[in-house]
Amino acid sequence: MSTFVLLTLTGLGLAALYFLVASGLSLVFGLADVLNFAHGLFLSVGAYATWWAAGHVPGAGPTGFGFVLAAACGVVAGALVAAVVELVLIRPLYSRTIEQVLVTVGLSLAGVALLQATWGADPRPFPRPEWTRNVTGILGAQIPNASLLLILAAAAVLALLLLFLRFTRVGLVIRAGVENREMVTALGIDVRKAFTLVFAIGGAAAALAGALGGVYFGSVSPGQGGSLLIFAFIVVVIGGMGSVVGSAYAAVAVGLLQQFVNYYGTAGLGDICVVALLAIVLLVRPQGIAGRAVTA
Amino acid sequence: MTQAVPLSAEAPPAATPPELGKTPRRPGWRRLLVLGPLVALVVAALLPYLQLPLPGILDGPFNTYGNLQLFATCLVFGGLAASYDLLFGRTGLLSFGHALYFAAGMYGTDVLVTRAHLPLWQAAVFTLVGATILAALLGAIALRTTGIAFAMVTLAFAQVGAILVARDFGGLTGGEEGLPIDGERLPDFLLGVGNTVNLYWLALAYVALVVFVIARVAGSPTGRVLAGLRDDERRVGVLGLDPYRYKLVAFTLAGGLASLGGVVYVLILGGANPHVTSSELTLSLLVMVVLGGPGTRWGPVLGGILYMYLDHRLTSLAADLPGPLGQPLFVLGAIFILAVYFFPGGLASLRGRVALVSAALGRRRKDETVS
Amino acid sequence: MSDPILSVTDLSVRIAGLHILQGVSFTVAPTGVTALLGRNGVGKTTTLRALVGLTPRGGEVSGSARFGDRDALHTPTHRLVRAGLGYVPEDRCVFAGLTVAENLRLAERPGAAPAYDRVYALFPELDKRSRQRAGTLSGGQQQMLAIGRVLLADNTLLLVDEPTKGLAPKVVTEVAEALAAVAEEVPVLLVEQNLAVVRRLARDAVVLAAGRVAWTGAADKLLGEPELTKALLGVGSQGVHA
Repeated sequence: MSTFVLLTLTGLGLAALYFLVASGLSLVFGLADVLNFAHGLFLSVGAYATWWAAGHVPGAGPTGFGFVLAAACGVVAGALVAAVVELVLIRPLYSRTIEQVLVTVGLSLAGVALLQATWGADPRPFPRPEWTRNVTGILGAQIPNASLLLILAAAAVLALLLLFLRFTRVGLVIRAGVENREMVTALGIDVRKAFTLVFAIGGAAAALAGALGGVYFGSVSPGQGGSLLIFAFIVVVIGGMGSVVGSAYAAVAVGLLQQFVNYYGTAGLGDICVVALLAIVLLVRPQGIAGRAVTA
Repeated sequence: MTQAVPLSAEAPPAATPPELGKTPRRPGWRRLLVLGPLVALVVAALLPYLQLPLPGILDGPFNTYGNLQLFATCLVFGGLAASYDLLFGRTGLLSFGHALYFAAGMYGTDVLVTRAHLPLWQAAVFTLVGATILAALLGAIALRTTGIAFAMVTLAFAQVGAILVARDFGGLTGGEEGLPIDGERLPDFLLGVGNTVNLYWLALAYVALVVFVIARVAGSPTGRVLAGLRDDERRVGVLGLDPYRYKLVAFTLAGGLASLGGVVYVLILGGANPHVTSSELTLSLLVMVVLGGPGTRWGPVLGGILYMYLDHRLTSLAADLPGPLGQPLFVLGAIFILAVYFFPGGLASLRGRVALVSAALGRRRKDETVS
Repeated sequence: MSDPILSVTDLSVRIAGLHILQGVSFTVAPTGVTALLGRNGVGKTTTLRALVGLTPRGGEVSGSARFGDRDALHTPTHRLVRAGLGYVPEDRCVFAGLTVAENLRLAERPGAAPAYDRVYALFPELDKRSRQRAGTLSGGQQQMLAIGRVLLADNTLLLVDEPTKGLAPKVVTEVAEALAAVAEEVPVLLVEQNLAVVRRLARDAVVLAAGRVAWTGAADKLLGEPELTKALLGVGSQGVHA
């Protein structure tokens, strides 16, 4: 029983990490048709900015409120980088989908190399607040607090995103734009303004994933974003592009599947099961759990 | 107020392809163009006899062990990029999993030679057949989706390959360490520093074969259907042809050619390395093709050669370069982004541009002589 | 007669190498309904989409289109719409996942009070179903929503593409009556296959054939001569007298 609880909660922790990366990816793809390979870079930027802020920004630090401030710096940095990327690199290629993918590919290669040039290729120890190094006993299982922190953060982000999409005018524009972008402009709305915002939101969520992922893994390295990105892509496709709720369901499915199979089967088998799940979902329901058709 | 315009029942005229309107002007020059690839092949084959040092471009003369290995690597990636272009540039399929078949070629050969103790030629044939069948099977699944979903599925399949190699199931692949190939099982002419030149020739033969095969395919009726798929899939469907079959043919052929490249590369490298399974390799293939010029005969080959050369060269110069310039991927990524904006046709489009410029210059010179 | 609200001159559209439109010129009067007619595939929808700036990616547009004091072909879609060019697309294109109220709220334009009174007076059904998802509405209700959301703002010209396509005969009449009421206030460029609806609504007619303008004149005259109707539109069948 306690193993089951442990695997469920750590699996949900992993799912939380995937969701934070995938939600932004999904919105960006759903609204702007941009398959963003640079999204992993936003995560790395968030992680490094948090790590840097913990050492340099007055008031910020590795523990307690200082860490919250450091993570906030990371999130702001991620949002800024994402917004600048959209404005400078993506926007001039508006509606040229392949070129946009190519630019984000180049950016992901160059950006990771830039981080490497600045802080080296080796993992750096990440500031971990005291509380996150401990465990909490839940139903007889000892759950790492870092997992719980991730789950709480992802739940909060999910709730905020849903409220934002449901109750604000920009949220309305985004939901409509995911359905039919052309028709939104035909109602007199400059939908491209929403692109920048969606990039910034996605960048912020990914950066938060970077900061909390740093706590979870205990270290930060330039390639960290890239390796999470593949699973985030899988989550986005399974969940349906453009659907935040779909991403949440898919993240939970992927995280739990991976954790349980990797524990009860051979290590690595869980990852393969996730890919099998992707293949099955795509063959049975090409539009994903909750999204519009991705085959268009 | 009423104005009657004669009714025309004809369909609007389709655009005439520009090639059809062009007549060959200088037959002598055209003949040279046909011979050009052969001449290039002979020159490339003779390069190892060149003692000339190329300061700044190479360390030492061309035929040192290191340089021959570097150029053998460049050639393999030139061929690999050309096989990827069969998908991306010629059929319009954005696959993110092409590295899988290259890795299958490497690991298949290596495992069969080193673990199963097969002679090299048998291992190579089995690997080639197996990897081609793998490409056909995975392609059959992946091609049921299109566009971005296709890209994702191929990426995910390649990820399975990376996991299988890294986790070292059954102790076959050597995991993170890689798997050095068992030299005892290899023919003598491929062994030892003195025989690196044979590896260079092998790589040259590989790239020549890939270019030849792709040129034949592109010139065939199948190639024209593939080009039609790239430009507008619906129109091919309207003609009553099944796009799925043609795409599967391209996917399988490209996978087979890539795995052959893996067979050659495992010999050059003296073993298999888990790095070739990474999605980063497929992304670099995309960079090579776009830099070189997608859908052209020589562009992807040149792009692959140049990319690997720069990657190697920048790494060896890294210590002398300031800051991020010492990171090859930073420089290559930045060049790539600039290329997407400013040279959408890649290196291959430069010839046309140069021709335009020289034509303009020539005209001006003529004007000057007249006046 | 006063100046036209829209003058299209030499409009050409190429999509994927095909010349869909080859030098189309016509004008739209500042009052009443101008019908844009022709057989299937002659480029009626392409014309409307080019005017509102929604030519598919890779399509090339040339020529000119004066809308008021603007060049419609070189103004971004959202600016044109804010300047008073309302567009009701083919197949309604309501946002299926959004409620009726949300569909309408989206169409509110900044700086102008939305005329909900006008919309609900014309289509009371929309008021009753405001919390329903647009995807669950019937075809006729979706069409009313598509027209209603454009009428929230004051327009100087409406482009309406096949509003009665696929609707039951009774609903066709309802939609046609609503459009007639709309046309009292604002000029309409209407693409329509149902000639009974054209007869009911249109004063002027422009007929396209093979990417060119084949005939312009009074709608009465076109529909009054069966020979002419048949030659230009290939039908007398779609119920001119229905």
